[in-house]
Amino acid sequence: MSQSLFEKLGGEAAVDAAVDIFYRKVLSDDRIAHFFESVDMEAQAAKQKAFLTMAFGGPHHYSGLDMRRGHAHLVKNGLNDAHFDAVMENLAATMQELKVPEELIAEAAAIAESTRNDVLGR
Amino acid sequence: MPNIRYDGQIYSLRDGQSVLECLTEHGASVPFGCRAGICQACLMRAEVGRPPEASQKGLKPTLKAKNYFLACICNPEETLSVSLPGNELSRTPATIVGMELLNAEIMQVSLKAHEQIEYRAGQFINLYQGENLARSYSVASLPTEDPHIHIHVRRVPQGKVSNWVHDALRPGDTIDIQGPGGDCYYLPGSPEQGLLLIGTGSGLAPLYGVVRDALAQGHIGPIRLFHGSRTPNGLYLTDKLRELTRAYSNFEYTACLSGSHVSKEFASGRVHQIALNEVPNLTGWRVFLCGHPEMVKAAQKKAFLAGASMKDIVCDAFTSRVIPS
Repeated sequence: MSQSLFEKLGGEAAVDAAVDIFYRKVLSDDRIAHFFESVDMEAQAAKQKAFLTMAFGGPHHYSGLDMRRGHAHLVKNGLNDAHFDAVMENLAATMQELKVPEELIAEAAAIAESTRNDVLGR
Repeated sequence: MPNIRYDGQIYSLRDGQSVLECLTEHGASVPFGCRAGICQACLMRAEVGRPPEASQKGLKPTLKAKNYFLACICNPEETLSVSLPGNELSRTPATIVGMELLNAEIMQVSLKAHEQIEYRAGQFINLYQGENLARSYSVASLPTEDPHIHIHVRRVPQGKVSNWVHDALRPGDTIDIQGPGGDCYYLPGSPEQGLLLIGTGSGLAPLYGVVRDALAQGHIGPIRLFHGSRTPNGLYLTDKLRELTRAYSNFEYTACLSGSHVSKEFASGRVHQIALNEVPNLTGWRVFLCGHPEMVKAAQKKAFLAGASMKDIVCDAFTSRVIPS
């Protein structure tokens, strides 16, 4: 049996290693930081972890509908493609920092990219 | 096979079944989400018995130490009595054995609990005025060194409980307390880790407890305590803290004043900004933030961006937090 993406990336340990780096990048990114201004940081870190788990091909129970509901209030406040692109950049930069091979980064990016229309409520 | 005791019922665990599967199969009400040990929605606590280490994956060290676990990935080898977080606290009477003003607005209350309470310095207890009115106060004492529980009650304008404590409560009185709760305490195991502690007002109470606990347990890494107030009148325990800096070379204490005309013996400015300027790289550090909610929130973000891991930032914002009874 061939290894899944999640296994190739190193499973939950890889998510744990990535979550602080990713969240720090997002919070420091002026293009999107304002969406995170008033949130509870611990709850948000848990959400970032769930997001990375999904992008890394790990177990998750998100549906397109969850993605829509979870981001609807942000779409109302102007969340658009440019912001989604910024998150995608931060995701790739996080994985590069962790020395993940480019082809695996591309696989994870494709999974994250597949949520774009749901996240943006289209 | 081991049993699971929960909410007054006993359930027997089938081979290979998780605690969550066992409980939900019998219709017990337990929140859950991913069922993969990641989302932490099914967080529970073992009151009796030890949960397997594998079921504590990803939890904060403070939660692990208190036998919290994730029900969905918990396959226990022994019988466990489990509860949901927040339901485990009962009330016990305590007698006031001492009251001492530490500054114009902060009263140290010493309590002797009628039943022994196992707490760690820095956690909080709820103090009840009568049947239903409670406020949370952090514990400044050290169970191994102080015979009684010490809390610091700041007189809050219009504060029902704090004014009652200051004006009406006297040594010899008996009141109800509940707890302890909260994650703000020293964790042994990383004696070389840097510790940064930032507090405003009576947020010094838990930090004083954590500092003394760390020193008593032989912590050798740097310990930096910053206490902030607007004016010198809001500072307290300064002599005791300066004594500690003389006794322990790895401990430093900085009193910070945010008001105007600050004399040279104090640092001038907002306490978390001074602290983060002094310790700009927090990679690998553990950070304790206690007191004013806005300070705690701002400092949490700064500390995280300065390299502290989310798991190593302990926040104790002094809002009107009350444990549901």
